[in-house]
Amino acid sequence: MNKWMILAVFLAIPAIAPAQNAAPAGNAENGKRLYMKNGCYECHGTVGQGAQANPQAPKLAPRPLVLAALIAYVRKPAGAMPPYVSKVMSDAELADVRAYLATIPEPPPVKSIALLNP
Amino acid sequence: MAQSSQTGAADIAATSGSVPEAKLIDHPGSDFMMDVFKSIGFDYLFANPGTSFGGLHESIINYCGNQNPEFITCMHEESSVAMSHGYAKVEGKPVLTMAHGTVGLQHAAMALYNAWCDRVPVYLVIGNSLDVATRGGEVAWVHSVQDAASMVRDFVKWDDTPASLQHFAESAIRAYKIAMTPPRMPVVLVADTDMQDNPIPSGEHLSIPKLTLTSPPAGDAAAVAEAAKMLVAAENPVIVAGRAASSGSPVGLQLMVELAETLQAGVIDQYQRLNFPSHHRLNQSLNPRGALANADLVLALEPGDLYDTLRAARQRHPLKVISVTSSDLYLKSNYQDFQRFNETDLAIAADAEATLPYLIEAIKKLMTADRRVAFEARGAKLADASRQALEQARVAATYGWDASPITTARLTAEVWAQVKNEDWSYASEALFVSNWPLKLWDMNKHYHYIGGKGGAGIGYGAPATLGAAVANKKHGRFTVNIQSDGDMMYAPGILWTASHHRIPILTLMHNNRAYHQEVMGIQSTANRRGRGIDRIHIGTKIDDPFIDYAKLAQSMGVRAEGPIADPKDLAPAIQRGVAAVKRGEPYLIDVVTQGR
Repeated sequence: MNKWMILAVFLAIPAIAPAQNAAPAGNAENGKRLYMKNGCYECHGTVGQGAQANPQAPKLAPRPLVLAALIAYVRKPAGAMPPYVSKVMSDAELADVRAYLATIPEPPPVKSIALLNP
Repeated sequence: MAQSSQTGAADIAATSGSVPEAKLIDHPGSDFMMDVFKSIGFDYLFANPGTSFGGLHESIINYCGNQNPEFITCMHEESSVAMSHGYAKVEGKPVLTMAHGTVGLQHAAMALYNAWCDRVPVYLVIGNSLDVATRGGEVAWVHSVQDAASMVRDFVKWDDTPASLQHFAESAIRAYKIAMTPPRMPVVLVADTDMQDNPIPSGEHLSIPKLTLTSPPAGDAAAVAEAAKMLVAAENPVIVAGRAASSGSPVGLQLMVELAETLQAGVIDQYQRLNFPSHHRLNQSLNPRGALANADLVLALEPGDLYDTLRAARQRHPLKVISVTSSDLYLKSNYQDFQRFNETDLAIAADAEATLPYLIEAIKKLMTADRRVAFEARGAKLADASRQALEQARVAATYGWDASPITTARLTAEVWAQVKNEDWSYASEALFVSNWPLKLWDMNKHYHYIGGKGGAGIGYGAPATLGAAVANKKHGRFTVNIQSDGDMMYAPGILWTASHHRIPILTLMHNNRAYHQEVMGIQSTANRRGRGIDRIHIGTKIDDPFIDYAKLAQSMGVRAEGPIADPKDLAPAIQRGVAAVKRGEPYLIDVVTQGR
């Protein structure tokens, strides 16, 4: 399995494991603070919306990765993402970040936004 | 009063013996130089004034009446050249640009480098004083140089230092021809100050050579026929275009559409120009990896970084490559803008745009009914993929739709809604706003998008978009600039230029309050070293204080508003901006945005 396939599996997890996301552990308020303080938002946006280019950064919310997958990916990421060692962000802090990401609501349906409908 | 006058007269009398007698000059050489430039047909001069080309300056405003060219006052030589860069990509020809031969050229150097990498004809004239006997005082000495163009010779296509007015005329015409022949690139012409200031020698019969532009080099007939054969036989050919539509006219884009539709082949536009309509059913630029997954042949037309574009596909399966590029005709070695070496199966050293009519004709001759059926089936699949990719982009734009700071998707969509019915030109680079304009805007004219910096030198954006706006103005087009904050601060003086010369342009600040690329870069480095990221703001953030771009613009006479951080406030602000621009004014809206 190459690294792109591994990444694809991780990115697919939110879609196939919503039940595991239902009860996130961690403190969402502290998670938001850490998400901003530790610069997650620089690439992934303040509400986890991701970035489309320069660099391409996947969206993190809503429906974030399950915590174990999130921690595993942050420690050993693929592509342009740098690794976050536990000294920089502990597992507990990542749990808080995940809790924050889990509070972010679904975006409005594209059909409800007139500006996005040609 | 009287006594004072007498004292002044005494002072003059006391010193008059030690200075040369002032001379009146009829028919200075700079008048002839301007005759030469008029014969070329420059519409504008972009320049920051400089003593070493003062003779030319005076001839422009008095001898030429400040018409053809009209002097557009720039506040930095880098801005002058970057404006010329943007202008040429819209108009398809250069303006006249001038600078000091030393300090001015030093300022202008990075902008020249951008134009060089971007294959854009910039025509730069620099003043210099060669004769030590007439050079003047201390400043004239420090502003003089033996070989003025040497500093930029590595990244201009041609330069010359004429030694006579006749020489000047010939070199001026030659410089224009060279700049305009693909690969189009900057040229530098040195105008000696004595030659500008001294009278045209009596009895000298000066002539201005006729300008005949060189026909662009088209591909060799046999090679073009072979390329056509390979393309018709391929099962999944993909066209990769960097600067294929390079002439700054509608022609290149039309030819690209004809080529792709004839082959029913997908197009990956690298968007260094608008090579293909952004919403065309064969445009596969939103998913290049998918487009190349089953490709068996790539036709690379004036490509940018082809190595990186094809790397993943080449690792997976055999891929034949045909290249058509004028870069094979002219390269220098010092600066490395030529990118990694690409293996090709057929390399045609020619201008892609000039070659396309012959290639299309050759393809049509080889078409059979069977191949046409296969092509149509291929085209239908590509249309489906293109439609899906656009739909996915629209869905992606909904994420963070109501967020503050405002997402670049929301900003882009809000502007599009209000300019799409104008004859618009999106003149800024889309890269720093996640390429949203290339996804959400229906771009189908060459001036709808003109690519980016070329040499990735920051400080291009603000002046280049203004240069594009100067070109668009005479066509009545509506110019839009989504302007990165860091880039603006390299050249804020362009706001005054826009105001002073009444250049209509709607500028929306992409104000992420940082050199965001560097924020991410330093964060990445710090993380890889495991040393914490709590100091990455040092040297990268533009805060404490935040810059008030509306006030900055207003201080130079540009109507402006903001900062706007709530997306709900965007639409009415843009409405006011559009109204102002349609009245012929520049307008700036400061928008506080997400990083990308």
